[in-house]
Amino acid sequence: MPDTPSERISAAAVAKVARLARLDVSDDEITRMTGQLAGMLEHFADIDSLDLSDVAPMTQPYPLTNVFREDVVAPSLDRDEVLANAPAAEDGRFRVPPIIGLDG
Amino acid sequence: MSATPSTAFEIAAAVRAGSVRAIDVLEAHLGRIAARETDIHAFNLVTADEARAAATRIDDLVAAGRDPGPLAGVPIALKDNMCTRGVPTTCSSRILEGWKPPYDATVVSRLAAMGAVSVGKTNLDEFAMGSSTENSAFGVTLNPRDTSRVAGGSSGGSAAAVAAAFAPVSLGSDTGGSIRQPAALCGVVGVKPTYGTVSRYGLVAFASSLDQIGPFSADVRDSALILESISGHDPLDSTSIPQGPLDLLSVLDHDVKGMRIGRITDMPEGADPDVLGRLEAAFDALRAAGATIVDVELPSLKYGLTAYYLIAPAEASSNLARYDGVRYGRRVDAVDTNSMYMATRAAGFGDEVKRRIMLGTYALSAGYYDAYYGKALKVRRLISDDFARAYATADVLLTPTSPIPAFKVGEKADDPLSMYLCDVYTIPTNLAGHPAMSVPFGDSREGLPIGVQVMASTLGEQSMFKVASALERHMNSSGGRS
Repeated sequence: MPDTPSERISAAAVAKVARLARLDVSDDEITRMTGQLAGMLEHFADIDSLDLSDVAPMTQPYPLTNVFREDVVAPSLDRDEVLANAPAAEDGRFRVPPIIGLDG
Repeated sequence: MSATPSTAFEIAAAVRAGSVRAIDVLEAHLGRIAARETDIHAFNLVTADEARAAATRIDDLVAAGRDPGPLAGVPIALKDNMCTRGVPTTCSSRILEGWKPPYDATVVSRLAAMGAVSVGKTNLDEFAMGSSTENSAFGVTLNPRDTSRVAGGSSGGSAAAVAAAFAPVSLGSDTGGSIRQPAALCGVVGVKPTYGTVSRYGLVAFASSLDQIGPFSADVRDSALILESISGHDPLDSTSIPQGPLDLLSVLDHDVKGMRIGRITDMPEGADPDVLGRLEAAFDALRAAGATIVDVELPSLKYGLTAYYLIAPAEASSNLARYDGVRYGRRVDAVDTNSMYMATRAAGFGDEVKRRIMLGTYALSAGYYDAYYGKALKVRRLISDDFARAYATADVLLTPTSPIPAFKVGEKADDPLSMYLCDVYTIPTNLAGHPAMSVPFGDSREGLPIGVQVMASTLGEQSMFKVASALERHMNSSGGRS
């Protein structure tokens, strides 16, 4: 385990995470976020020493199993009303820029 | 008009009886909003015209001899992350600018069906991420008790709206303390019910395994009334517990004789001495009322902050992936979809939301999942197991709600971690899915409100409300002095 905050996460790792999260970030923002995230990860190191090998992960607070309903036709949202909120729409669909990127 | 009722309970009774008109009740509240809202900024939007139309419909029903419902004419303010059909719902984010939901949240339609009158949408930290509303894209909400200080957050607008009497009751959402902490800082009652008791349909998702809607009010009875009204199964929310509404009003005047009140001996440190003093006074009051104080240990509680700030951002990073400029809200045009997503999200989200998306994406990313997110889920189990042991010997647990009273605007804005520490006492109940509420219990030496948190086990709302009600009776009988 790295032992100083700045070693917990690198600027290159922060830049990669920003791409995964689909966030354009400037170099200044990467520098600032790297410091802030490193400080948080340092604080979060308090759980590093816990022995959790026999502990089952808890993903939800109330034990419900899958919920099913009868497959019956019911009214749904009005298409025109939904599309009225879209930044761009055409022929009853959402309109977007080209899917195939110029730079992947 | 000097006898105008002030609580939701009294307003509904008077409007149903025909002794007060809903429109007069509404105008009294709109008048207070007009006088003071520019100093407080509780609202992102006041829907005065829609409210007047709704109040008039209520009065017409009463005039026609029909019952408008159990919340007849009760003005209510809604946190602006709850969908309201045709009325802008922003989450205090630029990325949802211009969006008008095509449907109502279940809580919104239930309240309307019961005769409540929505007066507007209240300010919050962007997407409910924060403890001061300073992360709102539309400016901070100020504390009605001291306008140099924050109202808390994330539901700061809903807490301030009740504290300023802009509405007798309001709704907030609580993911890690976002109802209870602002309630404590503003000197009002705030309740986070058991996960699954109130439908999340139409609540814009932050962290789906933690989010829960609940009420704010000036007294315990009004929170009980609103929670009875909005709880109960909803087929539109697959995590909704399949049972009827909570039964709370009937237990409020029960005494607490023989109840076991838990004191956490290894409670996380760092609370202000005045806050700890009020907590001791609460234990004393309950002991004097016939309850027994029992010591409990929750050794994993101190890891709650870490577990929460890994789990909540992880869930948020996933939930907020939907804001991509395609279906609603803001879009920044670009040459292809990927560039469009990245530019839209960069322009639309504020700093704290970006920080949490980054943290959550990192905690979920390949190579780090087991070390961070996976481990946090196991710590969540430890905390839940600790609570289960504690509730074997105690009916409720008492802690401070917030480690400190309301802080100055800007005091913590540049230090995310110190802001996160505001939630140290409220977070564990969200991780466990339990109910908890904040009750005003006196002031600090500086005259700032202090809240005591009453926590209970899953569906233990009746025990929680009994104790909250006893604390309130103590404050009323002591004239607020002890």
